[in-house]
Parts: sequence; structure tokens; C-alpha cells
Amino acid sequence: MSAFFKLLARNRLALGGLIVMGLVVALALITPLLPLIDPDVTNTADRYLPPFSPGHLLGTDQLGRDLLSRLLWGTRLSLAVGFAAALFAAVAGAAVGIIAGFYSGRTDNIIMRGVDMLMAFPYILLALAIVAALGPGLVNALIAVSVVNIPFFARNIRGITVGLAHKEFVDAARLSGMSNPRIIVSEILPNVIPVIVIAMSTTIGWMILETAGLSFLGLGSQPPQADLGSMLGEARSALITNPHTSVIPGIMILIIVMSINLLGDGVRDALDPRLKSGALSRPMAATRVDRKDKPAARTQTDGLLSLENLHTQFHVKNRVYKAVSGVSLSVKPGECLGVIGESGSGKSVTALSIMGLVASPPGVITGGAARLEGHDMIGAPYPELRSLRGRRVAYIFQDPLATLHPLYKVGDQLIEAISCHRAISKSDGRAKAIELLKSVRIPNAEQRIDSYPHEMSGGMRQRVGIAMALANDPDVIIADEPTTALDVTVQAQILSLLNDLRRERGLAIIFITHDFGVVAQLCDRVSVMYAGRIVETGPTMAVLNAPAHPYTARLIACVPELGGGKRKLEAIPGLPPSVDDLPTGCAFAPRCLRAQDACKQGEIALDGMGPRAVRCLFPETNVAEETA
Amino acid sequence: MGGYILKRLLLAIPVIFGITVIVFLIMAMIPGDPATAILGSYATPDNVAKLNRDLGLDKPLVARYFIWLGNMLHGDFGTSFSLNRPVIDEVLERFNNTLILAGTSFVLCTVLGIIAGSVSAARQYGFADKAITFVVLLGISIPSFFLGMMMILIFAVDLRWLPVSGMYAIYGGGDLADLIRHLTMPALALAVVATGVVARLSRSAMLEVLRQDFIRTARAKGVKESRVIWGHALRAAMVSIIPVLGIQAGFVLSGAVYIEIVFQWPGIGRMLVDAILQRDILLVQGGVVFVATCYVIFNIIVDVAQSLLDPRIKT
Repeated sequence: MSAFFKLLARNRLALGGLIVMGLVVALALITPLLPLIDPDVTNTADRYLPPFSPGHLLGTDQLGRDLLSRLLWGTRLSLAVGFAAALFAAVAGAAVGIIAGFYSGRTDNIIMRGVDMLMAFPYILLALAIVAALGPGLVNALIAVSVVNIPFFARNIRGITVGLAHKEFVDAARLSGMSNPRIIVSEILPNVIPVIVIAMSTTIGWMILETAGLSFLGLGSQPPQADLGSMLGEARSALITNPHTSVIPGIMILIIVMSINLLGDGVRDALDPRLKSGALSRPMAATRVDRKDKPAARTQTDGLLSLENLHTQFHVKNRVYKAVSGVSLSVKPGECLGVIGESGSGKSVTALSIMGLVASPPGVITGGAARLEGHDMIGAPYPELRSLRGRRVAYIFQDPLATLHPLYKVGDQLIEAISCHRAISKSDGRAKAIELLKSVRIPNAEQRIDSYPHEMSGGMRQRVGIAMALANDPDVIIADEPTTALDVTVQAQILSLLNDLRRERGLAIIFITHDFGVVAQLCDRVSVMYAGRIVETGPTMAVLNAPAHPYTARLIACVPELGGGKRKLEAIPGLPPSVDDLPTGCAFAPRCLRAQDACKQGEIALDGMGPRAVRCLFPETNVAEETA
Repeated sequence: MGGYILKRLLLAIPVIFGITVIVFLIMAMIPGDPATAILGSYATPDNVAKLNRDLGLDKPLVARYFIWLGNMLHGDFGTSFSLNRPVIDEVLERFNNTLILAGTSFVLCTVLGIIAGSVSAARQYGFADKAITFVVLLGISIPSFFLGMMMILIFAVDLRWLPVSGMYAIYGGGDLADLIRHLTMPALALAVVATGVVARLSRSAMLEVLRQDFIRTARAKGVKESRVIWGHALRAAMVSIIPVLGIQAGFVLSGAVYIEIVFQWPGIGRMLVDAILQRDILLVQGGVVFVATCYVIFNIIVDVAQSLLDPRIKT
């Protein structure tokens, strides 16, 4: 609760709303104690005095009544009526909702049909009909506004109650022989009250506005009694000659409703857990780059695509999560590099950093370079980066149900992949899209092109994802766990498809996965990542046969082998470290059986000979000896 | 699609039936005797009894309801005593005027709201976002009737740009240009609150969508950022914006009552308020049932639009 108030207080606008609202309420409460002129005393000699007239700070109205006094008494009345209407609607709505939700079945059905019926009216029609029946008057207006808002509360509270009615503590109360009304009062009600209070606080501004509206129409408070709405309604006839009589009550309504809205927003934000974590911010078109040392924009590199000492971090509030800390790797044309690690090891962030696709905020690339034929893309201006995306470096993502646009036909998504890089006619685009679908072995490509993603199976969608990546004949494909969501037979098909494409087209593939089985099938070389760093790298077979880093060895031991006998599958004890608080030395040391004191002191370099390297002081296999 | 529309229309029948029941029951709560209200307190008991017979008020409640319902199905909503005119004629004429006002406002609030909300989301925490958020907050906090009055003071009285009130100029008006001049202020005043609500909703819907994986896919393909926002993201966000537009139509229709009073617009809201003050029950009943029915039908149109937009909805 105190955390809630802290959050609320941190929101300056909400705090402002709270203070203004508090002042208005305090003013309304002490109005009877203030030395004000009687608000109903008329004095036709002093009609329409302007503001700041002696004796009448805000002037007078059409009957010479003191506007300041009428304003304060009117505010008091408006607040009281709005609050009463909210309270009445909340109590009645909650009662209806609890009964419907608790008894369920036919009772629920009948009540909720009635509620739906009430909601079928534009709200003011219902209010007008009620006032028409009861006759104009403040109490009747209050009743009308309350009744109109009952469905809102009834629906909300019913939803909560349905959830509660099947909880264990309610069952326990039932078994102990409590009567239904007692269960409602002692078990359900206490859990529902906070929801009622919140719903009430968010609607109170509305209630004040609605009752003021009815009074404005002459259907609410009747003369000489006046709330803010009827003051405005009466002043309307003198709007042009004496605008101050309209402006004064109007501004008061504005102040009240605005402060309530500000406060309501603050309450809502403080209750929304996503805002605390910053998860509600939208990613920008490209990841923010903030590098201390700018690497050369162009150098000579061996690989087609190479990463040099890449650092990517997530900045959330005051914490810095070092997702990727100094990763270097490279691929040649026709080569497939596997990047493997547990979830959270930084492998996906590494892949996304290459084309600036890490969600930002909170992602920031803080160092290093990603070079395509030697040209650094991380520092490249956005238009250049965009023209490379999908054209020269294409991505295949995991879970194509989420990664394909749900409302566009797959054919249109394929055509768009082409047309955003070069102009293509409609018929050519369609022909090319069908050709692409055929190239990834989708049967009935001519019909499938008009399907929506939800009409396809997971394997078919993944093929569409691959077809989309191939649309512009890219040089590099970055596949981010493209087979993780698929079953094993489909996975095998997709892998062999990728393998064929690589051989046919000379593609360079960076394949991100957590599965050594997949790496063994597809990749020439593999890099193992742990806590944002590469801990071992080398040719796939060499690493698989003789892993050097203890972590690699444990990871391989986790893979079940078909017909591999009674080998014990060993999970790695402990959890990967949190990347906002990495230990010095080797990040794996706390989970490592070979760890010694030296492992926990100072940087350990990625060391090795030829194609193999390992970041370990006491490796399982001596890399240097093996290659030598 | 045709089957889906038919199904929705059939489902609307019990709702409209329920609306007539609710309206009838509310009106039956009226204390006192409508005949006395019509004839005044000096009427002789004979005259009151005769009028009650003429109005069918001597019959039991249920019978009266079905007579009223049956007549309405034949297009007979009764006769307004205060206007001495068939209710349906008055309602149709007034509703037409309201439709011009509310329809314009609805289009304004939809277009402006979605644009403002999307810009706000795309520039989250930037200057445009802060400015829009502030204007929107002001917009949803200002009572439309007060805003309308202030607009009259500024644009009609001080600047003399636009006419103060009414729908057509009394002398020499009546063409479309005249209508637009008269329509501008009330339509804007009416649209402000709904625009604010639509903008808020669009902003949060867009922020929600922009974080989705398929947006990252679009960017990975190299799609231009403007198309990512106004194509991919907005298209997906519309799925959660459209249902709220149905609710907003109800708010615009409700707000029209105030605006019609402020700007002397000869619409159905003003007719209803006058009818209530005159205690012209048949006119109130007929007007409310008619508008509520139109609103139900409008919501069906919204649902159909939604199903056209989202192929995942089974039709």
C-alpha cells in the first residue's frame, strides 16, 4: 500500500490533481463557516456586477446574487451530488454484480441480460427517460445518473465475484455450513470492496459532470437552489452580455473534473505493474547506439559478416543489464555458425543487435561493430540500415504465429518484403511470392498465398517466415531459434530445407539455438554463450567430441541421445547469474565443479589456437594441445 | 458474411424488445394522471375519464404495452399533444438534424482521435506526445456545454467568424455552405470529448501493438518506418479501437443533447428536453425508443466492420 502511494506521489501530475482536488473539497467543507453573503439573497439594484466589485469579489448574477457565495455553495452541492450518485451506483451495482456472480446459472443469466439491455441505451437517453418519469429535480437527476451507471459497476463486480466464487476459501466456508448470504458478507465482500472503491474513484468525475449536465438542461436542481450545472444553465441567456456569469461556474467544473481525471490516471498507472518495469514503452525503429569508442567505419575483414567486441545493454531505471559483453564472431559465405546457450545467455540479443532490432528503450548498443563486408552497420544512419535489412541481411524468427502480421495475407507479407526494397508490379510480385512459397516446399502455393497466418499450421508458417527471409536473395540469414516451437519431424524438415538453401545459394547463416542436436545437424562451427559472453568456440564436431569449457560439457550432457544407452541425463545445478550483477571472473564459476579460487579473480580471456578457443583456466580438454 | 449480418440482426430483436419494455416501464412509473397533466388541474372528472379512454389508459398495464408496441410496429408512435403532430413525423425530422450534427462529430472524433493517438504513441515521451496528452486531458475534462458557450463567445461574438446558433440562417440561408457554417462550432464542441477518449485509447492500443513481434518482423524486412506505424501497427490496433467507436457513438449521441441546447440546434435531444419539461410522454417514449433502436443497429454495423477487418473472427 505504501509502495502504491509512493508511486502515486512520484507522478507529479497526479499529485497536482490530488492537491487541487483536496483544496476544492476542503473549500466545499468549510463553506458554511465562511463569512459569505447568503447565496439566495437577491438585489436587483446590483445586477450583473463585474468581478472585483466592492463587496462582490466575483461579481453578481442576473438577480444581483453574490457569485462567489453561489459558486462555493454550488460546488459543495455538485460535489455532494456527484459523490452520492457514485456511491449509490457503486452499492447498487455491486449488489447486482455479486448476486449474479455468486449464484451464477439462471439468476446470473437473467440479471446480466437486463444489464445488457440497459447498456444498449446511449446513457443520456435512459437518464432523460427516468427524469421524464420522476419529474425534474436534483434528487431525481441523482437517481437517474446513478441508475445509468449501475450496469458499469454490475459488470465489473460480477467478473471479480465469478473468479472468487470458486476459490478454496469460499468452498471451505460452504463446507463448514455457512449460509450463502453469510458467505457473501464475510468472504466475498471484503475481497470485492477494493475493486468497488477503485471503480468509484474513476467514475466520480463522470458523475459530477453528468449531474451538472442534467442541471444545465434545467432537469436537475431547481431555483433558487443552484449547483454548478444550473448556474451555468441560468447564465446562458446572458452569455453574450455578461460572460463572467458563465465563465466562473464553467471553470470550476473544469478544475474539478480535470483534477479528478489527473488523479484517476495516476491511480491507474500506479496500479499497472507494466509501467513500473517500463514494459509499456514502444521500441524505436532502430536500437539506440551509444558507443564510447567509435570503431572505424570500414576495415578489411575475413568474414562476410563479422561482429567485433559487441556490447549491448538494457538500461531499466538505474539498473544496467549487460546482455551482451564483448562478443566477436564471423561467418563466411556458405557457412553456418551456430550460437548456442541457455535462455538469457544473450544469444538472441546478439543476433538482434546486428541490424539494430533490439527493443529500444530499454536496449542500448554500447560498444563494438557489426560489419558487413567490412562496413560497420551499427553506426550507420537509419535509411542505410533500413535498406540493408531484409535485402542483404534477413532474419527468421521463432514462433511465426506471433512474428507474422495476423491481419495480412501471407502473400501480401511476402510481396511487401520485396516491394519495400524495389518497385515490383502487382502480378510480378504475386508470381515471385508463389515462387518463394514453392521454394520452401509449401504445397498448393497458388492457394496458400491468399491464406492468413492463423489458417496455417506451425510448420507452414515457419516456412513462410523462411520464404520471407529469402525474398530478396540476401547474403546472410540470421535464424533466431526458428525451430523451437515446432515438433521434431517438422523441425527436421525445416533444418534440411535451410541446409539445402545454404548450399544452393551460398548463404551465410547464423543459427541461434539452445539445442546441441540441431547444431550437430546444421552448423559448421559453433560458439557457446554464457552470461553475455562466448565461452567456447570451434568446429562443431571438435567441440561436440571434446568440449573444453565445463559449461559446454554440461550442456552436451543435457542432450538425450536416442539409443544412447543408460547414460544419466544431468541438469546443471543452479541458475545462470543475473546480468545486472555479474560476479568478477568466470560467470559460470558458482555452478562449476572444477572452479577454484583463481576462477573468481579478474578477467579470463578467450584463449586458443587456430579455430578453437575457450574462456577457462582449467578446461576439460586442452585446446592448444589438441589442435597442435 | 450475409449469414453473419442476418444472425446479428436476429440477435438484436430481443434487445430492441427489451428496450421498449424498459422505456414503457419507466414511463408507467409516472405518478399522477397523464390526462390531468394534459388537460390541466381545472379539468372536469368527465373530461379526464374520456381522455383516459381515448388514450387507452383505462386498460391494464400489459394490454397497454402490447397496444403501444403493436402501433409502433405499424409506424404509429402516437400523437404529441404539445405539438399536436404525429410523434413519428417530429422524431424523424429532428433525428435527421441530430444525425447531421452527431455524424459529423463522430467522423471528426474518429479521424482526429486515431491520428492524434497514433502520433502520440509513435513519439512516445517526445514533445508531440506530451502536447497531445495535455490537450487530450483538457478535452476530456471540459464539459461540452461549457466549451460550446466559450466557442460562441470567441468565434461568434468576438471574432464574428461563425453564426451564433441555429442550423440555417433565417434569411437567405438553406444551402450547404450555410449549413456548414452553422455546423462547424457545434460539431467541433461535440467532438472534443470523444476525440480525447479515442486518442487515449488509440495511443495505448498502438503502444501495445508496437511492442509485438510482428512489428519487429516488419522492421527486419526493411519496411519504411512510416508504413510500420500507419500500416502494420495501425491496422492491428484498429481491432481494439473499433469496438470502442461503437461506445463513442453513444457518447456523441448523448453529448448532442447539450450541444443542441447550447447552439439552438433543432435536433432530437432538444426535442426530448422540451418534451420532458412539457410532460409530453408519448413524444419522450417514441423519441427514446427510436434513438435507442438506431444505436443498436449502429453497433451491429460496428461489429460487421470489425469482422471485415479481422479475418480471425468467425463469421
